[in-house]
Parts: sequence; C-alpha cells; structure tokens
Amino acid sequence: MANPKSAYSVSTKKEKSDTHIIVVWVDNEAGVLARVVGLFSGRGYNIESLAVAEVDAKKNISRITIVTTGTPQVIDQIKLQLKKLVPVHKVADFKRNDKSVIFKEMALFKVVGNTNKIKKAINACKKYNAVILDKTKKSNVIQITALRREIDKMAKDLKKFGLVSISRTGAVAMTRGNKVFN
Amino acid sequence: MSKLYSGAEIVFKCLEDQDVEFIFGYPGGAVLPIYDELKNHSSIKHILVRHEQGAGHAAEGYARSSGKPGVVLVTSGPGATNVVTALTDAYMDSVPLVCISGQVPTHLIGTDAFQECDTTGITRPCTKHNWLVKDIKDLSKTLHEAFRVATTGRPGPVLIDIPKDIQFAKTNYSKPKIEKKLNGKKSNQFSQLEINELINLMNKSKKPIIYSGGGVINSGPGASEALRELVELTGFPITSTLQGLGAYPGDDNQFLGMLGMHGTYEANNAMHDCDLLINIGARFDDRITGKIDEFSPKSKKVHIDIDPSSINKIIKVDLALVGDVKEVINGINKTLKKKNIDLKKSNKEKISKWWEQIQKWRTKNSLNFKNSDTTIKPQHAVQRLYELTKNKDTFITTEVGQHQMWAAQHYKFNKPNRWMTSGGLGTMGYGLPAAVGVQIAHPKKLVIDIAGEASVLMTMQEMSTAVQYNLPIKIFILNNQYMGMVRQWQELLHEKNYSESYSEALPDFVKLAEAYGCKGIKADKPSELDEKINEMVQYDGPVIFDCHVDPNENCFPMIPSGKPHNQMILGPSEKNENKITGKGKALV
Repeated sequence: MANPKSAYSVSTKKEKSDTHIIVVWVDNEAGVLARVVGLFSGRGYNIESLAVAEVDAKKNISRITIVTTGTPQVIDQIKLQLKKLVPVHKVADFKRNDKSVIFKEMALFKVVGNTNKIKKAINACKKYNAVILDKTKKSNVIQITALRREIDKMAKDLKKFGLVSISRTGAVAMTRGNKVFN
Repeated sequence: MSKLYSGAEIVFKCLEDQDVEFIFGYPGGAVLPIYDELKNHSSIKHILVRHEQGAGHAAEGYARSSGKPGVVLVTSGPGATNVVTALTDAYMDSVPLVCISGQVPTHLIGTDAFQECDTTGITRPCTKHNWLVKDIKDLSKTLHEAFRVATTGRPGPVLIDIPKDIQFAKTNYSKPKIEKKLNGKKSNQFSQLEINELINLMNKSKKPIIYSGGGVINSGPGASEALRELVELTGFPITSTLQGLGAYPGDDNQFLGMLGMHGTYEANNAMHDCDLLINIGARFDDRITGKIDEFSPKSKKVHIDIDPSSINKIIKVDLALVGDVKEVINGINKTLKKKNIDLKKSNKEKISKWWEQIQKWRTKNSLNFKNSDTTIKPQHAVQRLYELTKNKDTFITTEVGQHQMWAAQHYKFNKPNRWMTSGGLGTMGYGLPAAVGVQIAHPKKLVIDIAGEASVLMTMQEMSTAVQYNLPIKIFILNNQYMGMVRQWQELLHEKNYSESYSEALPDFVKLAEAYGCKGIKADKPSELDEKINEMVQYDGPVIFDCHVDPNENCFPMIPSGKPHNQMILGPSEKNENKITGKGKALV
C-alpha cells in the first residue's frame, strides 16, 4: 500500500523553519535552567545557543536567551510551554532578522605566531570592537563582539594568522529604542 | 516567642490546613520522622499500600473520584523511583497529586548515600513542578505552594522532596497566604467577543458537533451541568473522549458515544463530515485524531481549554477560548439566553438533515458483536455488568487494553467522576490501586475495576491493602489469557505472530483471592454470568471475579493505522481488506 499506516499520524505538510531568539525571565533558583533546557530536550526542540545570568539581584531574576530553530507551530509551543513553568515570569520572542532588536555574541580568539601575523589578526578583527585582553611576544588574546555569522567568518579567516583557540558565548538580545518588553 | 515546630510537624500542619483526610504511602528510612508524627494527627488517616506505584494510583483514583488532590508519602531512593509511573500517569491525565518524598540528610546529598537518588531530577519531566526543601524556613511555604500548583490551572502532580534533617529541624509555622503573584499564569483569558464569535459560528453551522474531554470532568460537577445545558440549548450532537465519559449522560439521544480509535461509527463520521467542531476540554490526542492531514477536513474548529499550550499544538483551530471550561460554557449559555437565541428552534430545520445523516450512521450499530451461548463474549460481560449495576451509582476503574475499550464502549456513565482510567500514559496495573483510592473516597459506593488478567497482575499486591482497610472493591477480570490488545495488533500488523503475548502459567484467581483473604468467583458460561455478577455485587467485601471470556475476540470498531475517521473497520469480517502493511508497522 502506498500510504504509511500507523496510529501515529505522519504529517505530510512541511512548514518552513525560522531561527528565533527567545528571551525568558525566570526566578534565579536551583534547577531552573534544567527545567528550561529539559523542556527543549524532552520535546525534541533544538537549542543553538544559550546565555544565562542573573540580571536583578534584588528580585532574584535571571534572564535566559535561547537561540532556536523551528516552524511557527513549534516556536509557539516552545513559548507556551515555557510560560507554563512555575519559575518563569515572561517570555519574549524575536526573529533573528528582526531589525528592531540588537543581537550580540562575544568571542575570544587566541592567536599564536610572529608579530606580523598577530598584527594582521588584530586588523581583521578591528571592525568588531576588538579588544586585546592578553599580549605576549608570541601570542594575543582578542575579544570581539559581533553577530553569530560574523564570528563564524572570523573564526575561519583568522586560521591563517595563527588562530589556535576559540571561546564564544551564546547570543544576548535587546530591543532598540526606549521600549521595554513587558 | 511563638512555638517552634519540627519539619515533620509542619508537614502535618500544612496537610491539616489543606483539609487532607487521607495519605497513601509507604514508610522508609528517610521519612521516619514524618511517620513518627502521624500518631498525633487523628484527622489524617494513612493508607498503607504494598508498593509505591500503588500509592500513586490510589491517590489518582481518590483525586479523580472526589475532585480533591491526592496525597502520597514515600521514602527516598526506591520509594521515589517506584512512584514515577504514577506521577507520569497523573501528569498525562491532568490529575492533581501532591507527592511528599523523603530524602537523605542535606549534608549527604550528592554522596551516593544509602537510598539516595536525584528525586527532583528524576521527576522534573513528570510533574508540574517540584521542590527540594533545603531550608526548614521554606517548608510550610513550599507545601502550600505545592497544593496551589497541583490544583490550579490545568491540574497535575507535584513533588516535594524533604531531606531527613529538615524533618527534624525546628521553626515557626506560617498559615497559607492568600494568592500573591500570578506570574502571568491567569486561567481565564477568554473574552465576551470570542463568545460572540463562537455563537455566530454556531448560528451559521449546518453540521455542528461538540467534542468534550477530561477537562470538563476536571472543571468540577458544575462544568458537566453547564455542558448538559449547552447541549440542550443548542440541540447539537455531542461525542466524548475516553477521559470525558460521564460529563454528558451516556444513554442520552444526543450523545453519539465515544470517538477515536475505538469510538463509534457515528461519532467518528460526524467528526469527519462536520462543518463546526467545538472541542471542550480535550486535547486532540493522537488516539482521537487518526490521520492528522485528513482530520475533520471541512470544519471550522473551536477549542476551549484552560491550558494555552494545548491550543494549536496538534490541530490548528479557527477560534480558541482559553479558560476554565465551566466559566466558558456558562458564559456561552448566558449569552445564548440573554440574546434569546434559541438555537434549538432556529437551528432545527438547519441541522435536521445532519441528524438524519447521523441516524443513518447509527443504524450500522458499530458496537455490535456476535454473541455466543457457549463462551462468554467480553462485550457481553461488560453489558451484563452495566445492566446489573447501573442503578447503584457505580464507580468504574480499568486497567489498560481491550477490556478498557470494551468498558468504555459498553458501560454508560451518567455522572462525572464515575470513570477512572489511564488514558494518556496507558498504565497497565492502574485500575486495582485506583479502585482502592476510589473506595477510600466513597466508602459506601460500589467500586468495580474492570480488568484484564495481564494488567491486574502488575499491581495485584494491592488486594492486601483492600483487605486491610475493609475496602469492598470488586475486581472484574475479563480473562482471555492474552495481552489482548497486543495480540490484536499482532494479528493486524504482524501476521498473527503472537510473540510473547500469551499469558502462560496464570494463577488460579479464585485461590489467589482466598489467599489474600477475599472472595473469589469464577464464571465461564454465559448462563451463569448474571447470577455470579449479582453474587459479586452483593458480597460485602473485596472480590476477585475471574470471568473467562473468548480468547480470540478483538476490539471493534477500529480506525486502522494511519487512516482518517471515515475509514473504520467495523468487525472481524472486514479487516482483511484493510490490512496494514509497510511503514505504518514500524510506527505504532
């Protein structure tokens, strides 16, 4: 028979996936990150990157920024499921190509080589707010803040200038202008 | 200075303030201080089960039949892991449970101590929320919060893990506070505009159907009354999910029977052909929808649910009303009456053709089966049980499998909270301990577990609990010597290769009953069935009824794998044309 036969339906409609940045405000308590991450893994959703830290010590609130990819239906489910968690206060969702939101990631590059190569590496990083955090005769640690794809590109480009180690954060996000998400 | 209480005392003070009457539990090293305190609290009765899973299911039975949260008390390690099945079951079927587990002392957490396990880690995906109480000052607040989380919004299980040193530590006690922050988790988010829009859709509809679910039961008896009024006001046909049975009277003419995989022909066809589908407190489960792409293709869909994450999860709907089912239906009824829209009259003409069509489907008599004079047919057994107990306000629990579907098809419920079955998780072994919990909540009522011989053996030890507390539960086993539903699927999908689905070496259930100190009855001829059922019902004490039924009977009608609602198999003679092959086999 041509059709698949199962009590579990196999959907034949395929929706387009989009990358979203989901921001979650949570009580900063033990296990809260496990609850959020467990929701993703338990339901088969995907996490591209994750950034989390306390943002309000008085109210004990942490802000979690998650980059994820999914169809509109999946993204809706993620938001609604997150909102059901007891320690979650609010959930915001932005598309990655949303112009009204700033997205930033930070990366540390360790470059080892002769002065010439290091110089070239620093030059290449300049347009991404490069900061030299450590300097020796044979090495440099450069910090940049940029978009994910820019960091991806730099990671590739710096190879020829002696890049030996990369450490990078997940994305963080903030809306432009005077508006605050409520 | 106010009096200081130990953690164990605080546990009981909280339970008292929450009006808890019964705890289902099993003692162990890490909860001994709580058990030691039990004697000082006469308003709370502890029911000692024989396995922690039994405690969980008994608490579920108690909760579902009484509308109050069930309370479970278990020890650390194996006590906690044994209750995981019941917690998951309660989570899937939205049953309010509060589970208190003991934990090794705080200074030993993380050292692989004796009977230590990461209880909050293990139960995180199967509870609404859980807490590890590391500071005695948080204990009373946490316990009261636990009851609030379990019983508000969409109900569900919660767990509080209390280390042994916290049970000994002392502090002040604080009474439960009236609700503070909602954290954006308000239940009722629907508006009058949405109600008006729904009524507009109802007005236009020529082929409407109401599809109600367990949410109506969870919303309390008032929701069932409101639902009955709505059906009366509109004149619409209504069908129900497995969990929703009893919200609307099963013998009423507007009721089309259960829908879904083993639902009636008329209910499933009406779902497929309707132009307006009103889902009230159900969640478009995969046993209901069949093939998603062809699910009710011509209808406008309305979804009423308290849980916003249920909306558009599986089926995209045209209108969603998020709120407590009772509030929403009452809102609809009020508006209908206020606007003086008598849908029943004005719609009569419009939907009369629809009712004619439904009558045509009804003549298929899809629950029919070929009865026998020589062997007891399982459907016949359930029908006789229904006829002989229907006037007694009977409470029915079930295990999981063919017998569960036959019970749902042939036992008709007229009131909510009378039907307790494991739907979402499908837990074999649910029914017997659940019956224990139901009987605790309703000591004078008739409580029957319609069981299969394979399922019931999974939690048989709880008969001992029933005997200890003089609980006259009746275990009505439809014994076909097979894991019947497994065998049925092997017949349909795997060329009758009955791999490991035959139960060899079954116990003699009559002797087993006697060994537990209760009554055993056996029936294997249709002629003796009525008399023996009456004997069971009249016996004042727990009974195991071993009803030997036709081992080869299959559960029909059935939506075969991967088919939409309008392609049902009605009986054994039809199944060959609908043989299931290929990819589908791998998926079930």
